[in-house]
Amino acid sequence: MNAVAEPILTVKNLNKTYAGGFQALKDINLEIRKGEIIALLGPNGAGKTTLISTICGIVRPTSGEVTVAGYDIIRDFRKTRAIIGLVPQELTTDSFESVWNTVSFSRGLFGKAPNPAHLEKVLKELSLWDRKDDKIMTLSGGMKRRLMVAKALSHEPSILFLDEPTAGVDVSLRKDMWNIVSELQQAEVTIILTTHYIVEAEEIADRIGVINNGELILVEDKNRLMQKMGKKQLLLDLSESVSSLPSSLSQYNLELSDDGYQLIYTFDTQSKNTGITSLLDDLKLANFHFNDLNTTQSSLEEIFVNLVNESSRA
Amino acid sequence: MNIYGVLAIYKFEMARTKRTLVQSIVAPVITTSLYFIVFGAAIGSRIDQVEGVSYAAFIVPGLIMLNLLMHSISNASFGIYFPKFVGTVYELLSAPVSTMEVVLGYVGAAATKSIILGLIILLTASFFIDLQIAHPIIGLLFILLTAVSFSLFGFILGIWADNFEKLSVVPMLLITPLVFLGGSFYSTDMLPQPWQSISLLNPVLYLVSGLRWSFYEIAEVNVLVSLASILVFMFACLGIVFYIFHTGYKLRL
Repeated sequence: MNAVAEPILTVKNLNKTYAGGFQALKDINLEIRKGEIIALLGPNGAGKTTLISTICGIVRPTSGEVTVAGYDIIRDFRKTRAIIGLVPQELTTDSFESVWNTVSFSRGLFGKAPNPAHLEKVLKELSLWDRKDDKIMTLSGGMKRRLMVAKALSHEPSILFLDEPTAGVDVSLRKDMWNIVSELQQAEVTIILTTHYIVEAEEIADRIGVINNGELILVEDKNRLMQKMGKKQLLLDLSESVSSLPSSLSQYNLELSDDGYQLIYTFDTQSKNTGITSLLDDLKLANFHFNDLNTTQSSLEEIFVNLVNESSRA
Repeated sequence: MNIYGVLAIYKFEMARTKRTLVQSIVAPVITTSLYFIVFGAAIGSRIDQVEGVSYAAFIVPGLIMLNLLMHSISNASFGIYFPKFVGTVYELLSAPVSTMEVVLGYVGAAATKSIILGLIILLTASFFIDLQIAHPIIGLLFILLTAVSFSLFGFILGIWADNFEKLSVVPMLLITPLVFLGGSFYSTDMLPQPWQSISLLNPVLYLVSGLRWSFYEIAEVNVLVSLASILVFMFACLGIVFYIFHTGYKLRL
């Protein structure tokens, strides 16, 4: 990802309140840079789909401003929508139509002249070329999911929204989808995806945004986020079980496993002094002997759960 | 203007007709033939001429109007309702197409199908009777305006409807009675008062009358009044369509 790339999408003070009074988006501010992959995480009903739908023109904002490539999404809707591709969460297809006709329709609808060569390339990349004349109803769930991507790519968008692209698909297809995303990034397509699978965000995203109760509670570079908010632990397997710890070790806030065979030391990865050396010295002085030791780092999933829980409590 | 967008919608809708050829074309032709056999040959043979025209010939404009109205409404309403029903409307709403372009695509296709159907019915009628059309251009104008206006009306219906029942209830419970009571199969002169005067409140009467005038130069009301009424209806529908897209009524949340 190019860290200094210009923003291609800017969201300023965006609010959305539905007719029933439910506020789905609360003062969202977000900048997305050209060519990056940003994953929006959040529990069900957090506002992820509303945010995407608003940017794409499906949902009308209550207040705020959204610009795409410098153009306002309402005043200059033709310019903004022409460069956006959307893969919705639901597998919504016209079952009786053929694969070729539906991608041709999508391309035309987005104002592009017919280009069979481009459509052929997209369908081949998504392993749908052999099924181009088949009716959509004859495709498997995974193929339909790929077809949704093909439709979104038919008009050569420079921004692609993927709303839970791998929801309900098997592991193999999920990996295929990640490969597709990776190839699109190489082609400088900006990708905004929502997902429930944290591992997906961990695998492919450059930046992570966390939405909860309509609020964007965090947007951060993935690696920095994991470094900043992730906990690291040193696990020490003892050769003999202990029932309590001596007072000389109290400063380390050690946890002792139920069976007394493991000590767990949590430390700050960003601190200059992790305290590991002095801990090991003090353990030696206290006559502790180990069979093994290893370290673990908290996953994005743990960070996400902590963030959402903190946000919900606030 | 997004001409490729308009063409995409238009072609997509026309392609649906090809897939449902029996339902779209063959069924109305058979129904029309049955009308000619029942009303024209069986009952019509016992009725004297109506205002100087044989009964079988007299009902031709009414039959064309009946099919134009019903099929314009059903084609356009189904065209926009189906994407809403299956969820593919997201693509339309997120595409760089304006209100006018969406309407041109859907209503243009629905009206085209209805006009083709109207001409097929005219052709079918020519097999049963000796057809003479006094003002073919005016006749075509009425067919065109009716097809466009009622396709617009069908488009509004398709956006308003949130289930299949609503989609069928308006054509069944409103349009069919209006067509049958609008002088399609009789002259209002045959009705006693006050029904003759009440019939003048039926908007379909003006359409049938206008088209019948273009065929045989006989009319219930002045042809210009008929023309004005269909134009008023068309602009009213256009106004409602623009309101729908401006406010996002039943489309955008």
